[in-house]
Amino acid sequence: MPITVAIVFLLITVGSVVFHFWSPWWWTEVASNWGGMDDTIILTFWITGFVFVVICLFVSYCVWKFAYKKERRAEYKPEDKKLEARLTWITTLGVAALLAPGLVVWNSYVTVPENAYKVEVFAYQWGWKYRLPGNDGILGKTDIRYINDENPFGLILEDPNGKDDRLVDGDELHLLLDRPVKFELRTIDVLHNFYVPQFRGKMDMVPGIITYYWITPTRTGDFEVLCAEYCGSGHYAMRGRVIVDKEQDYKKWEAKQITFEKMLAKNKNNNNLQLAKSSK
Amino acid sequence: MSDEYEHKIEAKSDYVSDASSVSTPDIDAVPESELPDQDLYHSHSWWTTYVFSQDAKYIGIQYALTAIGTGLLGLVLSWIMRIQLAFPGLGWLEPAAYYQFVTMHGMIMVIYLLTALFLGGFGNLLIPLMCGSRDMAFPYVNMLSYWAFVVAVLVLLASFFVPGGPTGAGWTLYPPQAITAGTPGSDMGIILMLISLILFVAGFTMGGLNYIITVLQLRARGMTLMRLPLTIWGIFTATVLAMLAFPALLVGCLMMTLDSLIGTSFFMPAMVSLGEKLSYDGGSPILFQHLFWFFGHPEVYIVALPAFGIVSDLLSVHARKTIFGYRMMVWAIVGIGALSFFVWAHHMYVSGMNPWFGFFFATTTLIIAVPTAIKVYNWILTLWKGNIQLSLPMLFSLAFIVTFLNGGLTGLFLGNVTVDVPLSDTYFVVAHFHMVMGIAPILVVFGAIYHWYPLITGRMMDETLGKIHFWITFVGSYAIYFPMHYQGFVGVPRRYFEIYDSPYIETSTLLLNQFITIAALIVGAAQLVFLYNLITSVRLGKKAEKNPWKANSLEWQTPQMPPEHGNWGKETPKVYRWAYDFSVPGAKEDYIPQNQPPSEIIGAKVEKT
Repeated sequence: MPITVAIVFLLITVGSVVFHFWSPWWWTEVASNWGGMDDTIILTFWITGFVFVVICLFVSYCVWKFAYKKERRAEYKPEDKKLEARLTWITTLGVAALLAPGLVVWNSYVTVPENAYKVEVFAYQWGWKYRLPGNDGILGKTDIRYINDENPFGLILEDPNGKDDRLVDGDELHLLLDRPVKFELRTIDVLHNFYVPQFRGKMDMVPGIITYYWITPTRTGDFEVLCAEYCGSGHYAMRGRVIVDKEQDYKKWEAKQITFEKMLAKNKNNNNLQLAKSSK
Repeated sequence: MSDEYEHKIEAKSDYVSDASSVSTPDIDAVPESELPDQDLYHSHSWWTTYVFSQDAKYIGIQYALTAIGTGLLGLVLSWIMRIQLAFPGLGWLEPAAYYQFVTMHGMIMVIYLLTALFLGGFGNLLIPLMCGSRDMAFPYVNMLSYWAFVVAVLVLLASFFVPGGPTGAGWTLYPPQAITAGTPGSDMGIILMLISLILFVAGFTMGGLNYIITVLQLRARGMTLMRLPLTIWGIFTATVLAMLAFPALLVGCLMMTLDSLIGTSFFMPAMVSLGEKLSYDGGSPILFQHLFWFFGHPEVYIVALPAFGIVSDLLSVHARKTIFGYRMMVWAIVGIGALSFFVWAHHMYVSGMNPWFGFFFATTTLIIAVPTAIKVYNWILTLWKGNIQLSLPMLFSLAFIVTFLNGGLTGLFLGNVTVDVPLSDTYFVVAHFHMVMGIAPILVVFGAIYHWYPLITGRMMDETLGKIHFWITFVGSYAIYFPMHYQGFVGVPRRYFEIYDSPYIETSTLLLNQFITIAALIVGAAQLVFLYNLITSVRLGKKAEKNPWKANSLEWQTPQMPPEHGNWGKETPKVYRWAYDFSVPGAKEDYIPQNQPPSEIIGAKVEKT
């Protein structure tokens, strides 16, 4: 019996390692500059995996080696200060080895480069919209009280910076390869989270404040956007697309996005038409 | 401290060598009790004995049965969710119902099962018995605590029957969605949930006061704090945490209730809901998250610390060996408890709080790994050169070590802020917390039930059924949660009613989901074996001898087993040592109960405790 138990524990340990190296479920190929996150995970895997295997093997060995015998007595040794101190120090070192590189990567994650291109990601129950800053590179100010059918982003009309903002039609965002981009995250209702698995980055969107994170896309491709913070019944269906383009394709797409000014003008024309019709 | 300890050993060995002389009453001396013996309420009717009982043992059993009953509902809900995830084609669940079941499953398991079972159940059963007291300090308040818990459970269950159904806000109940129209149960359901939690906290506070005061005031003569079994240290520290953490939850619940019912804006900013502008303005959704996790993180340890304590005792008794590094274990429990109040925002790295908090909370979180690792080392060093009996409690304890180790190590991923970014809100998180605060503590619960069942009923549970239950539960639940981490690596987000095989998922997650679901159904079904064993052994189990495991702690030393009202007959016990004198060289037996006077074990080379 003890040998069976020891073997099962051994098999669970070995099985975990085998699954880790040979199962097909692994992360997607990274498409942003956050390969550092992957590296930190790999480092964490080696350190914690080593501890896991050693301790499980130790348990299996004890179960087999020190199985109950009526005539035998266990060792009587309540404490071993030296051993306890040594283990404490080794653990502290191991933990520091995990933490230090992690904090270095975090530091760059929360420090947005100054030349980053700003894009507003606009979330609502349950979908995505995007706003680009236009030629001045500045996103106009917004307020949810201004939101209506003609001003879906709630841009403040008096803010001149908003006039040339490009409002993306549909839930598909294009990004330029190798250009750092800062996502300014905005929601008008509940919490959401703008998540593209291949980019690794993530941040909740909170009504009332603008949150952010930044990435640099490092390969072209077509990626799915998922909402990663529970936001009600439609949470699972809140998806979108991000496409990373080379310069030429990107310019083509950008030119197609209508500016706020043009959109207002178009609406006005529509209104004028309607007014004209009703006055007849 | 160390000098004092060495010195004591020396002093002790003096009188061991004195053993040939006739034993004097001196070596059996124990300080006199400073308080008069406790007055107890003696019940006169069936109702006051079994229903409105004021005896902590009965209250403990009532708490445990109510918690387990509620937990079974949580288990069934998890089956339904898992079937939806694995076989979405069946289409038997609406998204709203799925989210309601996710929410109720989470809240039931964390609060109404684990917290109530460890503190209300094991706390009531074991604190008076292990401390050598006759009952809790305030038996009447203790009874009220249980009945408040019952009402809380009933209110929670009532939410299944109100219009709109129970809340589907996720167990974290984050506003604004918890109380706005896009979430199921955002009217009546959420209100009942909040009221139920408020009742739970009120009831728990009454019980918690009892646990703390009983441990501090009503210990038997000679039972110093550093002689207490680690079970009591775990439950005691967890209760202190609960008393400090639950108020934050209470405040959060009250404020959200007001936001929902009378339109205050504690947590609600100006917002639009499904196209309609709401009248809220100026509140902070992140404030709720701080309150929730200021409770929520200590809550993890409210569940884990009693499990740590209990498993230490099970390992020691069934390996016939002194727990390794007792004092280190006590300080680790206290240290983890204290640190647990400085790590809460590691649940919020990507919540939108100031990202610079990340540095502080990642550091505190990884520091807490050190005392936790020490506990793991000491458990396995207790096995080293032990005399290991592979009884059911030992098997479950071994399984606890593996699952807790696994879940604890994945905590190092999520606590390290950088690694958390890609993994947060994915199935990695789900797998991590189920392993570490679901499976691991539940395995301890099972071990503890097999261990203390004879104390409660006077009979043993069936060993063969127990082993079937053990192997399916341990191997099965490992098979559920270990692969689930890898879904998280792929990037599968949690709380998705349907995942689809999205373009970004290179290998099928559906296949893995089906495997996990089948494992979950099997593990769930194995619990029926346990229930059958639990119920039938009351009458059919083999009669237990007194102190069947040959343990040292006081609960096994009562004049009758099961212990009667008042526990100790005429006189409460005198305590001469800690609970871990196993396999002492020179002693006749391989155990020396805490209340065995030194004059009866002359010749045993026992270390002074």
